[in-house]
Amino acid sequence: MINLRDKGAEIWERANRPQRVLMAISFIAMAAALPFLGGTFLNTPIADYQSVLVYPIAMFVLMAIGLNIVIGKSGLLDLGYVAFFAIGAYTMGLLGTRTSLNTWEILPIGIAMAMFSGIILGVPALKLRGDYLAIITLGFGEIIRIVALNLEVLGRSGGIIGIPTPPPIFGIEYAFDSHRIYYWTLLIIILFAIWMVRRLSVRRAGRAWESIRQDEDAAELMGVPTFKYKVWAFVLGASVGGAAGVFYASKTLFIAPDNFTLQISILILACVVFGGMGNIWGVIAGAVILGYLPDRIRFLSDARLLVFGLVLVIMMNLRPDGLLPRKKREKALPNKDSNKDKS
Amino acid sequence: MIGNFLDQFWSLTFGGLSLGFIYILIALGYTMVYGVLRMINFANSEVFMVATFATIIIVRDVYNFTQTSEYATGFRLWLILGTALLASMVVAGVLSVLIEIVAYRRLRRMNSGILAPLISAIGVSMVLAEAVRMMTDSRPVASPRAMEKSFIGKFFDADIRLDNTIIIFAAVILLTLLLAFVNKTRLGKAIRAVSMNGNAAKLMGINIDGVVSITFLVGGLMTGAAGFFYVLKYENTSFSIGFELGIAAFTAAILGGIGNIKGAFYGGLALGLLETYASFFLGTQWKAVTVFVVLVLILYTKPNGLFGEAMTQTRA
Repeated sequence: MINLRDKGAEIWERANRPQRVLMAISFIAMAAALPFLGGTFLNTPIADYQSVLVYPIAMFVLMAIGLNIVIGKSGLLDLGYVAFFAIGAYTMGLLGTRTSLNTWEILPIGIAMAMFSGIILGVPALKLRGDYLAIITLGFGEIIRIVALNLEVLGRSGGIIGIPTPPPIFGIEYAFDSHRIYYWTLLIIILFAIWMVRRLSVRRAGRAWESIRQDEDAAELMGVPTFKYKVWAFVLGASVGGAAGVFYASKTLFIAPDNFTLQISILILACVVFGGMGNIWGVIAGAVILGYLPDRIRFLSDARLLVFGLVLVIMMNLRPDGLLPRKKREKALPNKDSNKDKS
Repeated sequence: MIGNFLDQFWSLTFGGLSLGFIYILIALGYTMVYGVLRMINFANSEVFMVATFATIIIVRDVYNFTQTSEYATGFRLWLILGTALLASMVVAGVLSVLIEIVAYRRLRRMNSGILAPLISAIGVSMVLAEAVRMMTDSRPVASPRAMEKSFIGKFFDADIRLDNTIIIFAAVILLTLLLAFVNKTRLGKAIRAVSMNGNAAKLMGINIDGVVSITFLVGGLMTGAAGFFYVLKYENTSFSIGFELGIAAFTAAILGGIGNIKGAFYGGLALGLLETYASFFLGTQWKAVTVFVVLVLILYTKPNGLFGEAMTQTRA
């Protein structure tokens, strides 16, 4: 199988500093220029291209990067990622309509709330085996939705309406339909998230996650505080989800429990799996493709979840490393547990 | 409130018991597969969902019942109930085996660890739920009532409803058959052997793939029966029902200690009763939350379950 990831990494590693800066800048410029790309062909049946670029594409990319810390880096299956997205969005909704705080002030609060709930859920759940964690998080995602559906203060099924848009910053206005501005803001958040993940990956935390994913018992024996780093991965993933939620609420001006169904978790999971678990570029590619194509192709937009389900099954069976696999040297050793437990 | 509760205690208890037996049967779909593969059979909830639809199709389309038709009686009633039960069991059993082949077998051969089969099973359940959603236009489907829900007796002050009675008796019969199968037959012995030690079983000449298929089949049959009982009791279903019941049944399996059949029995009964009592006090909309809180509390305090023999915590 072709490993584009290794090719890319090779070119990057061979480059000297100015070349790297140049490459990075041209990539960012290309991403920033996307809203100016191409006319009507890229419009989807339900929305025009520029708004699709904000939601789902950029939003999916951001969430996929966050979920990738949990699933791809440290190998913890989180099926309730939508919960953190919802917590961020409802924090924005509540504080934005009830207090005079603006989006930029609420953003850190939303992130903190998501991280806090990540700790609340993670500390008991991460002591367990991986597949129990999947069920617990699955339940948690649904519970958050049910709580929002039944609590008066969260607006029940009506949700929260009239959430303020972000106030002007550096003289840039956030009008409801200025999709470009939202896209660029999201791009900055995404770049920040990428930077955070990349820095962490090459430091102690990244090495700890790597070792946990490959063999948790061995990591523990070598003195890696596995539990601590698992909680960290979980909480960092949650923080990205929370940030996405705050921004989502502030963009759509209206949130309801129906926006935060289990399906979102599965969609983001599919993006991560399709793109390539653990490889941030693969995850981004997966989120772009799976965020855009089902919207673009008319007969797919009704059946998009079906498609996502199929993607999960097919990818797992035929190309479990995803579109752009992680670096070869980061691949796990042949699984020793499955040899031990089963045939 | 408490006075009300005491007044209704026995009727709540009967309702809770029949719900508990439904949970037990679904939980068996989880627990048996877990026993053999040490993997959560994630798509089991959707097998249950499909089985509820199979029951409705039999009653509505094969026997042409509508919402206004008269109740069946006597032999015809038992015939209808029997075929519906059998059909949903067979559909669920076959579907379950197919799921194993599509979602698990290849990954099992590749020894791909624990994450990959989970994700692929989630994919399968997504596909099933979405396919049914599109076929039913996202609407819940009501089942025509073939059987009059008469009261057949009184226990203290509570009326004993016919459907609850049928569920409890039929489930007990099924469980007895299952226990006999697992404990007395050659195949049952093979299943137990594989769940104790897969490699040793293989060395003894047991066909692992065959045993895994049989386990999925039996788990599917039980889950299918649960689908029939669910429709009998609640008379409607929808594409999204699998999730709610699935997570409750999984909780039941964990509560009793996942991987062993007795655990599923006690766990299902305990959860059915607990959930019924709790929704009396808190309202039904908090039902799922109650179940989830129970799940978290158990996993936090006793991950091996309350009643089951302790199974050592194998780490992922």
